[in-house]
Amino acid sequence: MTYLPKPKFRHPSIEKNALGLTHRDYEGSISTLCAGCGHDSISSAIMHACFELDLPPHRIAKLSGIGCSSKTPTYFLGNAHGFNSVHGRMPSVLTGANLANKDLIYLGVSGDGDSASIGFGQFAHSIRRGVNMVYIVANNGVYGLTKGQFSATSDKGAKLKKGAVNTDDAIDLVTMAIHLGATFVARSFSGDKKQLVPLIKAAIDHKGPAFIDCISPCVAFNNHDGSTKSFDYVRAHNEAVNSLDFITERAPIMADYDPGQTQQVKLHDGTSILLRKMNADYDIHDRVAAINYLMKHDVAGEIPTGLVYLEDEPGDMHDRLNTVDRPLNELTDADLVPGSAALAKINAGLR
Amino acid sequence: MRSDQVAPADYFHKVVDCQWACPAHTPVPEYIRLIAAGRYGDAYMINWQSNVFPGILGRTCDRPCEPACRRGRVEDEPVAICRLKRVAADFKEDVRERMPLKAEKKNGKRVACIGAGPASLTVARDLAPLGYDVTVFDSEPKAGGFMRTQIPKFRLPESVIDEEMSYVLDLGVNFRHGTRIDSLKGVIDEGYDAVFVGTGAPRGRDLDVPGRAEAAAHIHLGIDWLANVAFGHVKKISKRVIVLGGGNTAMDCCRSARRLGGEDVKVVVRSGFEEMKASPWEKEDAMHEGIPILNYLVPKEVKHIDGRLTGMVFEKVRAEYDARGRRSLIPTGEPDTLIECDEVLVAVGQENAFPWIERDIGLEFDKWDMPKVDPVTYRSTIPNVFFGGDAAFGPKNIIWAVAHGHGAAFSIDALCQGRDVDVQPPAKGDFVSQKMGIHEWSYDNDISLQRRLKVPLRDNAVALTDIRVEVELGFDTARALAEAQRCLNCDVDTIFTTPLCIECDACVDICPMDCITFTEDGAESDLRKRLSAPAPNLTQDLYVSSPLKTKRVMVKDEDVCLHCGMCAERCPTGAWDMQKFSIQLPRAGA
Repeated sequence: MTYLPKPKFRHPSIEKNALGLTHRDYEGSISTLCAGCGHDSISSAIMHACFELDLPPHRIAKLSGIGCSSKTPTYFLGNAHGFNSVHGRMPSVLTGANLANKDLIYLGVSGDGDSASIGFGQFAHSIRRGVNMVYIVANNGVYGLTKGQFSATSDKGAKLKKGAVNTDDAIDLVTMAIHLGATFVARSFSGDKKQLVPLIKAAIDHKGPAFIDCISPCVAFNNHDGSTKSFDYVRAHNEAVNSLDFITERAPIMADYDPGQTQQVKLHDGTSILLRKMNADYDIHDRVAAINYLMKHDVAGEIPTGLVYLEDEPGDMHDRLNTVDRPLNELTDADLVPGSAALAKINAGLR
Repeated sequence: MRSDQVAPADYFHKVVDCQWACPAHTPVPEYIRLIAAGRYGDAYMINWQSNVFPGILGRTCDRPCEPACRRGRVEDEPVAICRLKRVAADFKEDVRERMPLKAEKKNGKRVACIGAGPASLTVARDLAPLGYDVTVFDSEPKAGGFMRTQIPKFRLPESVIDEEMSYVLDLGVNFRHGTRIDSLKGVIDEGYDAVFVGTGAPRGRDLDVPGRAEAAAHIHLGIDWLANVAFGHVKKISKRVIVLGGGNTAMDCCRSARRLGGEDVKVVVRSGFEEMKASPWEKEDAMHEGIPILNYLVPKEVKHIDGRLTGMVFEKVRAEYDARGRRSLIPTGEPDTLIECDEVLVAVGQENAFPWIERDIGLEFDKWDMPKVDPVTYRSTIPNVFFGGDAAFGPKNIIWAVAHGHGAAFSIDALCQGRDVDVQPPAKGDFVSQKMGIHEWSYDNDISLQRRLKVPLRDNAVALTDIRVEVELGFDTARALAEAQRCLNCDVDTIFTTPLCIECDACVDICPMDCITFTEDGAESDLRKRLSAPAPNLTQDLYVSSPLKTKRVMVKDEDVCLHCGMCAERCPTGAWDMQKFSIQLPRAGA
């Protein structure tokens, strides 16, 4: 851990967003994770995404469970709402918070232990229910806080630092998320912010359950030869299906792209995703093909990354429950209590 | 410039902006750390090694280090380096024991230094302990040259000069005071192995306007007048005084005049206020003492009644710049300005004068009648005659004279020891890791947010009554500590070891100044456009690694790096380390 706070000085010509904030205004307190932890890069990507989207930090709620990954919300968006829940229970707390106040942006930050082991059911049901959120799993394949045992996402055959080999099959959270009905599903890598930041931006904009599995090497316990979640292994086996730019009206993309290799996906709110396809045949709207693709490449030992699946017309839990437009926490007694006349009418109807 | 295109010693020397800007290359951050640690004697000795006159320079230096200071780019104002130097001098213990010993055995080589100013004394300081038999000649009874005669005592007390002269003269230097040299040939003929000329720029430039000659009794050349004040020959001045000129000498003249009875003292300059040669702080000090500075006025005529000065007439001008940026002063056409006065001090520049150098002894002069001197070796066209200080390249300031002295001493040593004078060895750099533990460094990497502290001044009511009372009180130790903590330790460098890097981005994420980028390699101009933060300051270099595993390179813009060490603390593999850089420059005997 770093003992000194990050110096207050910032670059004299640092960029400001539409709110007049710099990316440093999106920082939290200084990270106490191990030096070089991939999770810190994910935190940084979240900060940059929020900065670039001009989001006011106080309109964001960041929720997490237990684990290295779940510590990270302390290290970004110091001015956002935060909740550190019981191990694996972040999805329930997030679902509840979202029910009460659907106006906030919900960032669920979890890890492979928190989501694929103890909180696997919670993960499944929050996605199945269609909660409007960004669910990020910082996936390093080991239990870092307990000194590096295999987690449920460790690949079969992967080796621990001291040589033990994993004999169990891995849970692939991306395939699971597609299967469970997530409407925005991506995989990325903490060591590739060019891919990760636009994915987080697009996920935040997405109305519905958006899931990002982010491989995040554990430099202390899982960054050696034989690991399948090390910087070197991921870089060598990364099979990006696409990379993207998230385009808002304020920041249109000026660069010219080869039209054969790019696809513009217009979204409901006037924004769009510009996909640069690495794999020309890959269709991000085809759920079945996506699962096929993932499983095929998994067998080949490759790690597909990028925006894997996107539903253009997603809905969320509130649509399904047909709640009122106003957030439930803003409803007062006058809104909620119909009064004695209405009660009398109901009672009369039952007599 | 890119780090991979230059020798490491030169690259990292330049990163220490203050040290690089200092003509004598004083290791500034090193002595500032010692001041912060309360080790004033150690801080003084580090200065003494580099610039010979820390107490004098801590009060009078032109401080080229301060405009260069990185702190000035990070916030508004640089570290008060110059005044911290004075702190080292003010609070040091007795350092006499720590001075070099007199040479036990002379090496048989004789060196003559003409003039006992900073350049000559630096030569003497460097050579005497090595066994050279150094003789310093000066026409005055005491050593110091212009430091003693030109700088008013309210800026530089005599005791400070005496102390620092003695440190040099006590090294076994033969000081022939009161000895005016009238012939260079005569000195050469005495058979010295080398002769060093450090005679300064002793002639004040005069004014040529109608009435000048008639009113001569009331018009004085600034540097001569200051010398007369210094020696007590002049003790008072009339009430209304005009000082002509915009340099530091003019500032010394006007402030001296204020203390000798001048009540209505004005400085009048031809140029605009901003273009004046005087250092900004010297202008500030003058104005603080109630001296107005009137600009864009060109002297036209001296008014007098039968030789008694009554005033001066000035023509109003404005500055115009041509396409090449050269300035010309164009009359505005407004009526001339008459400023009434009783005395005028002319401080419009200094000139070199070498009436004592024979023109037939093989010493060549250039078209400005300046001796031809090699800017690196300080050697003239006579192989064993060297020049330094103002005598070599015209009026500069003390710290330049010291730098010349070091260079000339090195050349003289080379000459006397039979080495090729024209071959300069490259500077050697030394790097020492500052890592003490995972989060511990042997320097204080906590970045202070303290703003620059002002040096307390004596109240004008007291300061203006006695010309020998020092105006600046200097920092006390508490203020010195607070100011010292503002130093960013630019000599503790971020050193990157490419093979260790795993490209985890931790350094990029933590850097408070967005200095670090991992990107595809390219030409410097191209790289500068692709960095995490704009890098428009072309005077600051890019630290570029060799290609990494992903074929990208690490690029660090040195411009506003705080040297906070966060990159190294967050680096999991030790690819970044904080290493203290020190440089060994070519010095006589080193």
